[in-house]
Amino acid sequence: MIPAAFEYYRPKDMAAVLSILEEHGDEARVMAGGHSLIPMMKLRMADVQHLIDLQDVDGLSGIEIGADAIRIGAMVTQAAIIDHPDLAQTAPILREAALQIADPQVRYMGTVGGNVANGDPGNDMPGLMQCLDAAFTVVGPDGEREIAARDFYEAAYMTAREDQEVLTAISIPLPKGGYAYEKQKRKIGDYATAAAAVQIVKDGAACASASIAMTNLSDTPVYCEAAGAALAGTSVDNAALSAAVAAMLDDIDPTEDNRGPVAFKKHVAGVILRRAITRAWSRA
Amino acid sequence: MKDEVASRKERAENLKGMGCSRKRVEDARFTQGKGNYVDDLKLDGMLFGDFVRSPYAHARITRIDTAAALEVPGVLAVLTAKDLEPLGLHWMPTLAGDKQMVLADGKVLFQGQEVAFVVAEDRYAAADGIEAVEVEYEELPVLVDPFEALTSDVVLREDTVDANGNPVDGAHGPRKHHNHIFTWEAGDKDPTAEVLANAEVVAEETMYYHRTHPCPLETCGCVASMDKVNGKLTLWGTFQAPHAIRTVVSLISGIEEHNIRVISPDIGGGFGNKVGAYPGYVCSVVASIVTGKPVKWIEDRMDNLMTTAFARDYWMKGRISATKDGKITGLHCHVTADHGGFDACADPTKFPAGFMNICTGSYDIPTAYLQVDGAYTNKAPGGVSYRCSFRVTEAVYFIERMIEVLAIELNMDAAELRRINFIKKEQFPYQAALGWEYDSGDYHTAWEKALKAVDYDGLRAEQAQRVEDFKAGKTRKLMGVGLSFFTEIVGAGPVKNCDILGLGMFDSCEIRIHPTGSAIARLGTISQGQGHATTFAQILASEIGLPADSITIEEGDTDTAPYGLGTYGSRSTPVAGAATAMAGRKIRAKAQMIAAYLMEVHDDDVEFDVDRFVVKGAPEKFKTMKEIAFAAYNQAIPGIEPGLEAVSYYDPPNMTYPFGAYVCVMDIDVDTGVTDIRRFYALDDCGTRINPMIIEGQVHGGLTEALAVALGQEIAYDDMGNVKTGTLMDFFLPTAWEVPNYETDYTVTPSPHHPIGAKGVGESPHVGGVPCFSNAVHDAFRAFGLRHTNMPHDHWRIWKTANELGLHG
Ligand SMILES: Cc1cc2nc3c(=O)[nH]c(=O)nc-3n(C[C@H](O)[C@H](O)[C@H](O)COP(=O)(O)OP(=O)(O)OC[C@H]3O[C@@H](n4cnc5c(N)ncnc54)[C@H](O)[C@@H]3O)c2cc1C
Repeated sequence: MIPAAFEYYRPKDMAAVLSILEEHGDEARVMAGGHSLIPMMKLRMADVQHLIDLQDVDGLSGIEIGADAIRIGAMVTQAAIIDHPDLAQTAPILREAALQIADPQVRYMGTVGGNVANGDPGNDMPGLMQCLDAAFTVVGPDGEREIAARDFYEAAYMTAREDQEVLTAISIPLPKGGYAYEKQKRKIGDYATAAAAVQIVKDGAACASASIAMTNLSDTPVYCEAAGAALAGTSVDNAALSAAVAAMLDDIDPTEDNRGPVAFKKHVAGVILRRAITRAWSRA
Repeated sequence: MKDEVASRKERAENLKGMGCSRKRVEDARFTQGKGNYVDDLKLDGMLFGDFVRSPYAHARITRIDTAAALEVPGVLAVLTAKDLEPLGLHWMPTLAGDKQMVLADGKVLFQGQEVAFVVAEDRYAAADGIEAVEVEYEELPVLVDPFEALTSDVVLREDTVDANGNPVDGAHGPRKHHNHIFTWEAGDKDPTAEVLANAEVVAEETMYYHRTHPCPLETCGCVASMDKVNGKLTLWGTFQAPHAIRTVVSLISGIEEHNIRVISPDIGGGFGNKVGAYPGYVCSVVASIVTGKPVKWIEDRMDNLMTTAFARDYWMKGRISATKDGKITGLHCHVTADHGGFDACADPTKFPAGFMNICTGSYDIPTAYLQVDGAYTNKAPGGVSYRCSFRVTEAVYFIERMIEVLAIELNMDAAELRRINFIKKEQFPYQAALGWEYDSGDYHTAWEKALKAVDYDGLRAEQAQRVEDFKAGKTRKLMGVGLSFFTEIVGAGPVKNCDILGLGMFDSCEIRIHPTGSAIARLGTISQGQGHATTFAQILASEIGLPADSITIEEGDTDTAPYGLGTYGSRSTPVAGAATAMAGRKIRAKAQMIAAYLMEVHDDDVEFDVDRFVVKGAPEKFKTMKEIAFAAYNQAIPGIEPGLEAVSYYDPPNMTYPFGAYVCVMDIDVDTGVTDIRRFYALDDCGTRINPMIIEGQVHGGLTEALAVALGQEIAYDDMGNVKTGTLMDFFLPTAWEVPNYETDYTVTPSPHHPIGAKGVGESPHVGGVPCFSNAVHDAFRAFGLRHTNMPHDHWRIWKTANELGLHG
């Protein structure tokens, strides 16, 4: 488990990052926490000849809570999300989800930016960001642009980000209503067998709107618009839950792995979603 | 008198001898990161070797081209089978009487098999060199199923057939088929068949004890250093049996044994993985001889999981018979044992299926028969005893599942069925139907204590209520009460029937008392985390009356330690612990003569009293062991040699038979397959308890590995022989998060033949724990008709069970 030789860079600003990326094209890659990238390099599954460490680049590690939106720098670690007191108030689902990622050691290194940029269907943050309708800010040779989380994921490890673009921040509209991040995994440090992110807004006794996204049940995170719609206007009773689960099952496409066969994963996805909705509803 | 008793107690406490929860002396360095493991070793000019490994499970090798690799900066040499052949080292003997390729000799038999050894200046260059070696493979049909292997035309090993293609005899007798390794039997075949045929009740079950891996935290590795000037080879490594390694290295290399020094430094867990000899050792030695420099080889985690010794992989078919009221009358067991590409089990040589014939368990079963057939497949070799004595986990799992199945057949409570059939206290020493003589036991007392501690009847009532609630739709969680009662067989073993490659399985201890009253003792065993430096000093403290804190225990250097067979199969305390006590008694015998001389009385007029010899009837006249030690070095005593030293080689008269009673209470989420262990109670009887705190630690560790194996840990292959669980993402290694609280308890039934009555405990919790966790899962579904389902009970398999029982609506 030893990577092939590579050149290591530790630039201080984004301009330098972009120029190295430009110079070396797809032989260069940025590294955030390294907890997805380094294992891939050690397994020699990722061939990175020029590794650009983002640790020293200014301006990537802030958390700002504005009037309408939260802005999280790409280099904010999962641990920082968990420890941020205001974030736990304004967007508690972030904390609930981050606590279910990997283990404390990984979370001290792993970043939010790396987690969403990676494009690994097993990562928890992409689905979470789709649920929250976040937007990713990327900067490249042609300047800055925003990509909606719901449009970002194309296939496993394939995203709308161009090779020469760097993700700098994530902006999340202030979440409303009840929330839940429910994840089944085999053990600590494991990716999800199935995970669901749910955010529900209540109006009187009825559900005004619901947003639902699922993790590790397709080659991308799955934003389940129809499942959310199935809850809107209902009292989130058993029939509504069943309708939401049925709609979600239409959207996912799990594959068999060591966690189990497809039938099991679909069943668990349904159970997990039901529990997530129920918990979110109870908090709405 | 009262004062004297008090002071005796105080003096005994000062010794920190047997029974004291003395803190582990090892931990000062381990907790500070100051351990000295083989990978910490750095020698001048040291090179690093690593393997090109086969991506295929079964293939012919048509070409190996090392030219490009030799061009890689820092790469010095690439060894292949062709280079080893002239030395006769391209194959090596296994501990099981088979032989194993060191480097692929024309073909590969499992994924990850060693094909070439790249030697480089550092491990980075070695890794690049590995990439550059070109190997061409021609794929062959893959056999991953032993039943298929035993009927297939595909010949896995060309050395198993003669020129006409007929199977030739193996190390343990005739082969039934070219992919068959051995048949091993115990007990009475025909009488067992007859008992079963005429029985009132017979329960039958087939179970697969899946392949798993010991996965010690530290992987296997070594450093070989051949000093060409003086002809001496030093080999540091993760060896659970350093002396046996020395002898094996000498036999296969031709280097005289006195010119080989094997050193096991600190070892980060072994659990059986580090007993055998691996290609990495041989290649490192050869590479050091070729280059004249020290060569290091260290496995990475994937190498370790995929290639060095696995455990289990036993297909077991059982039939058990009983009277209508539950008295067991007979037991039949057949095992198909999957050994992978080479039979590299680490068992005493005469026991190709280890002590599987302990499978009548803790029960008085008058008639029994066991047959084991070994098979070759395209999987990694091994079959080691992962935290158990040889195949004892398999045996205990088998009988503890058979008991549960029989209880179902009889519609009886499984605790009661055990109670009816336990060997009774007065039956010991007990001659079991499959050959062993159990030395001692008091099973009923342990069982009643355990059931009372957990309020067994209360648990059953709660469970019945839960089943009702489940049926009424009030809960989706079921509750299982897992029971197990195990008898281990450890401390291999008597030289008359236990040897490894002809080396008798005695063990040894050599003690030197220093003039100022401290001591060093060296043993033929080697700790891998068991805390030998702590406990063996405690045995000696009690035996010779010097404080444990003044006694250094040293193991693992074959130039200084007396010959012994190492540490595995819970043999250290039963065998080397006995040698320690016996050597201590020799010291004491000499000390008695010295004391008598010093006090000018007859030898018989002094007696040992904690830390001194006193004149009988005059306790104020005494000589402490410290004073005696000094006298041994500074006085000319007529008829007595100077110095105070002793050595003992102990050949145990019998094995020891620790036992225990475990109960697990588990809740199971029927919809997700998620398990939650609410309670785990473990009562262990390991005879005399040397250090209760270390026992508790061993029990915690063994139970955790049992939980792992029962609930998820496996080495799984696909049909092409690819390992599906080669990293810790998929191979389950529990952390503090997955581990429940354990309640430990004990009874004490000393071994009658062991000098201090100790039996060994390191492996008991694993042996008893696996069936206990598994039985809890089974028990949860018993009310819904489940008889048996194979481990590991991970989420999806439990979900599948619930699904098949119709519990998902
Ligand atoms: C044992 C273990 C268990 C884990 N379990 C989980 C889990 O349960 N759930 C989960 O979600 N994750 C899990 N992870 C992954 C972990 O959260 C990673 O840290 C995370 O996915 C990636 O973040 P990183 O900062 O380490 O990114 P890196 O590894 O540094 O980078 C990952 C990829 O993203 C790219 N990248 C990183 N930052 C940027 C950027 N700013 N702009 C553009 N591209 C960028 C890199 O080039 C690389 O391709 C686990 C990891 C380990 C080692």
